Amino acid sequence: MRVPRTWLHEFVDLPESDAELREILDDLGLVVEAVTRVGAGLDQVVVARVEEIHAIPGADRIRRIVVDAGDGPVEVVCGAWNFAVGQHVPFAPVGTVLPGGLAINRRVMRGVTSNGMLCSPLELEIGDDHGGLLILDDRGVDQVGQPVGEALGLGEDVVFTISVEGNRPDAWSIYGVARDLAARLGRPLRAPALASPDPGPATADVAGAVLGAPELGERLTVSVLENVVTGPSPTWVVRRLERAGMRAISNVVDASNYVMLELGQPTHPYDLDRVAGATLQVRAARPGETLTTLDGTERSLARPGRGLGDTGIDCVITDGDDQVIGLAGIMGGASTEIADTTTRVLVEAACFDAMTIARSSKRHGLRTEASTRFERGVDPELALRAVARLVEVLRASVPGLVWRSEPLDVRGVVTPPARVELRPGDVERALGAPIAEAEVRQSLEALGFSVEAGAGGGLVVDAPSSRPDVREGAAGRADVIEEIARLHSYRRLPRRTPTWATPGGLSDRQRLRRRLRTAVVDLGITEVWTPSLVSERQFARTHRHAQPIRVTNPLASDSVVLRPTLVSGIAEAWARNRERGFVDLRLAELGVVFTHPGDVAEPRRSRGGVGGGAQLDLPTETERLTVLLGHHDDDATSAVALWTTLAGLLGLGESDFRLRARADVTATHPTRSAEIIARHSGAVVGVVGELDPDLVLEINGAARRIGLLDLDVGVLEAQLANRPHRGAQMPSRFPSALIDLAFTVPDAVPAGAIADALRATSARVESVRLFDVYRGAGLPADTRSLAFALRLSAPDHTLDDAEVAALRQQLIDAAGEQGAHLR
Amino acid sequence: MTDWDLELDHVESAALDALRAADSLDTIDAAAAASIGKRSTLAGLQRSLRDIDPEERRRRGALLQASRARIESAAAERRGELVAAHRQTQLASDALDLGDVIASARPWALSAGHGGLIPAVQAELEDVFVAMGFTVAEGPEVETDWYNFEALNIPPAHPARGLWDTFYVELGDPETIVLRTHTSPTQVHLMEQAVAAGTLPIHSVMPGRCYRRDTPDARHLAVFHQVEGLVVDEDITFADLAGTIETFTSAFFGPDIRSRLRPGYFPFTEPSAEFEITCTICRGAGCRTCSQTGWIELGGCGMMDPAVFAAVGIDAERWSGFAFGFGIDRCAQMRAGIADLRALTENDIRFLEQF
Repeated sequence: MRVPRTWLHEFVDLPESDAELREILDDLGLVVEAVTRVGAGLDQVVVARVEEIHAIPGADRIRRIVVDAGDGPVEVVCGAWNFAVGQHVPFAPVGTVLPGGLAINRRVMRGVTSNGMLCSPLELEIGDDHGGLLILDDRGVDQVGQPVGEALGLGEDVVFTISVEGNRPDAWSIYGVARDLAARLGRPLRAPALASPDPGPATADVAGAVLGAPELGERLTVSVLENVVTGPSPTWVVRRLERAGMRAISNVVDASNYVMLELGQPTHPYDLDRVAGATLQVRAARPGETLTTLDGTERSLARPGRGLGDTGIDCVITDGDDQVIGLAGIMGGASTEIADTTTRVLVEAACFDAMTIARSSKRHGLRTEASTRFERGVDPELALRAVARLVEVLRASVPGLVWRSEPLDVRGVVTPPARVELRPGDVERALGAPIAEAEVRQSLEALGFSVEAGAGGGLVVDAPSSRPDVREGAAGRADVIEEIARLHSYRRLPRRTPTWATPGGLSDRQRLRRRLRTAVVDLGITEVWTPSLVSERQFARTHRHAQPIRVTNPLASDSVVLRPTLVSGIAEAWARNRERGFVDLRLAELGVVFTHPGDVAEPRRSRGGVGGGAQLDLPTETERLTVLLGHHDDDATSAVALWTTLAGLLGLGESDFRLRARADVTATHPTRSAEIIARHSGAVVGVVGELDPDLVLEINGAARRIGLLDLDVGVLEAQLANRPHRGAQMPSRFPSALIDLAFTVPDAVPAGAIADALRATSARVESVRLFDVYRGAGLPADTRSLAFALRLSAPDHTLDDAEVAALRQQLIDAAGEQGAHLR
Repeated sequence: MTDWDLELDHVESAALDALRAADSLDTIDAAAAASIGKRSTLAGLQRSLRDIDPEERRRRGALLQASRARIESAAAERRGELVAAHRQTQLASDALDLGDVIASARPWALSAGHGGLIPAVQAELEDVFVAMGFTVAEGPEVETDWYNFEALNIPPAHPARGLWDTFYVELGDPETIVLRTHTSPTQVHLMEQAVAAGTLPIHSVMPGRCYRRDTPDARHLAVFHQVEGLVVDEDITFADLAGTIETFTSAFFGPDIRSRLRPGYFPFTEPSAEFEITCTICRGAGCRTCSQTGWIELGGCGMMDPAVFAAVGIDAERWSGFAFGFGIDRCAQMRAGIADLRALTENDIRFLEQF
């Protein structure tokens, strides 16, 4: 909201300094977003009458103009063509510095001396128009020699752009801001000048008002203005509207807008003679009804929108024939607009149900100055005050205006302002410091609350009608205490750092996450952050058979679906860097991926729906650590090495996990990948291997091996937590026997199966380590040689040769059962 | 059946046979060209239609179209089979049993990786709050409207919803499921759980990823990170809130950085406040970043609104509390001096390697 300082000053004496005023407004929660100086530099520009216009020989764009600015004829050269002899225009004499900083010098053009400049609205920074000179006669100005600033009411001013919070409907006006300032500064709040209805025939004789749907409006007032002459508004009205950010249109509409800005009450003027029966009715629109609003759009009414719980109620204004002529509180219809010929005006000043207006405004995508105010809540007692002010403002241009007596005033379902009980100590319990009762009373009363002594030393506080945001009960107490604290100033309230007995700390998951991150980074991998929303194409690339979870209203086509995996995002980050010439990158991300509730056996269920009355199925969210190994020599073997090292850093080893080849894990190479299985639970912790060659081709354009490790952090955490405790193993103090065994093993038998069999042979097998894999000459087809190094030992003695030999044979037999033959 | 029909029949079955027999992409292409290409037999049959009566031309035309479609789809199918077979052969010859990998034999060059800036800043924030006695809680990113809005005292169509441009998820009824616009729904979960388990009080911070349907610019991302704090205990006052913010501010940003509160509005807190900290650029002297005020806005906070307590079943007579929240990305931006936040999601290695 734009608040010109001079306008604000009409209602309360302000501090001299703009910086101080800004500070106070900020501290009141009326946050100042910008402070703009306007109207400066116009005191040297004066009103001049055009006396003569002459062509300049040889020039077709400029002319020689003689003007009189009060000191006799002055000659200037001018490039504008929109004026005639006898008209009045702004003249900047030599030496003037215009608002934009342009200094006017004496210049000679085509042999003609120009002793100043005639100005356009843009050059004076009072409008956007640069098509010609500002014709002052249009604005009722013709006093030669008068400074233009003074003539147009363009005194210097400062405009504060204030952001008004959603719970401050009372502050959504110049007067409302003034009320806050008056309360804070302890200065009187001056009331605006108001007109009274004129004695004479009653309004009911010519007009009607029907509140057909009392639940949609607290109040409907209808006033009749007669002897109206439409035309331009006085300069001061135009100036204020412009400085507050609205365009002047004509006196009646301008007065309505002026009052809305000043008092916060939207009003709507109708051409009385264009409203059937001169009657305004409020009711809910019926399905099938339409309305063409002032912006020229035809709108279908009473059609439920997409909004949660939206029933499609549109509150409308109808005429005496029950035809819809306006979308109540949002925008009027075109058919009853004020025209040049209007002489009688119906003024609607009402208070509509805030939620109804909010829903309609959202549904029709139509936010207006009026709807913005109504949806926050307008003071129901303001309606006729606003009309009284409107009449007062309009009289400045229509002195003979008549406001018919006894305006129509219909009340609907009225929500009385809240009554809040402040018990002794309530304020201190909320703010941590007592505030003297005198200050409490003074603050609240200055804001329009009424304060009475209550039972037991407490206070009973009645909110004014301007504060529909104040609630009943405990919530209302919080509302009132906020007002007390606000006026007291948050900055003056005490501070205390609370303590409590329970210690802070991280959860197991959070600690694991940090260890994983640290480990991955320490191993030379760089962490990326890829988008959670991906394109349809990116989704289908890895999850053709899964159901996408789409966003209904995406910002762009590359962010439509919640990512099902981190793999493709990291792969894209890798590919982009590769395009920039970085070919040896290892990248990782730790983040959440999403699975459609229809794709899991037991979807996550959560309270939802209107009022939280339903149970809804939601996507399953899984946290994963995904690493892409994209060094030029990386492949599945580096991924296995990474996994082994990472597991080791977490204190996990061979006895905790095994690998199981798996051909159908999405995005992975079918014959060079394996699932990581927790031995004790059988849970799948993740997958290790390579990126699917087809996917590599897509992102790299050429074949290449890219290693992949993709872990489910939640499963990993569970495995760490539930791992059987074996107790510390004491190494034997007797020397171990070291033997190597090399087997010929069919390709179908995994090395892990042999190693497991060897380990399980005897308690004396201390460790089993694969140290060589050989394929080729000397071996049958589809087999390879696996060589294991074994340590054998007993806890209580040194194994002798016979024992070792027997053990060796047992081991060979055990491997043999798996299909391995000793080489 | 006319001779023409027989001829078409013959051409089609010959083409299909040839396609079935094709054992390479080249032979498929050749077979397809021979049957339905420009100089093919089918094209010849097509040309033969020129001079016959219109009705017969229509009949034969339709037959030709159908035949051509069958040949084309047979070719496509055969192509697919061959590509798949080729891939199978490749995969088979490529096969590696990962159990055979000797990890210790695999050379791994020493190099330093780089952790993400946001996780690093998040961890640092968590550490400050943990030291102040907070636990760290987390919640889902896809929420129902209830948790994201209604339980937080923001009913449907409430004008305050305009503060949060919301992404809706295409699940269930329209606008029932959202990408959370703030970490506050986690507060609701936490309070519900504590009430159900009888484990009040709560002293937790909740970091996490949030989403707002807002075109990204230098200072805002549509996908961003927030940390939220929640204290529900006995005798908690506004003074505790202001003190907590102040303690955190100097612990995280440095001893010369102070905080101050000014009135604000959030439907789930009352009284509500915005909190500002000393401008970290000019240290309070006034500069362009802080519009010469010496202060920059960091986040929002306030005392828990009794309406929220009511929604989760906490007795507002016994318990009181406060909540606060602010952007992790914004802290990171200030900390690392990042001119444009969008650099964070571009993942240019030259950017990432600085952290």
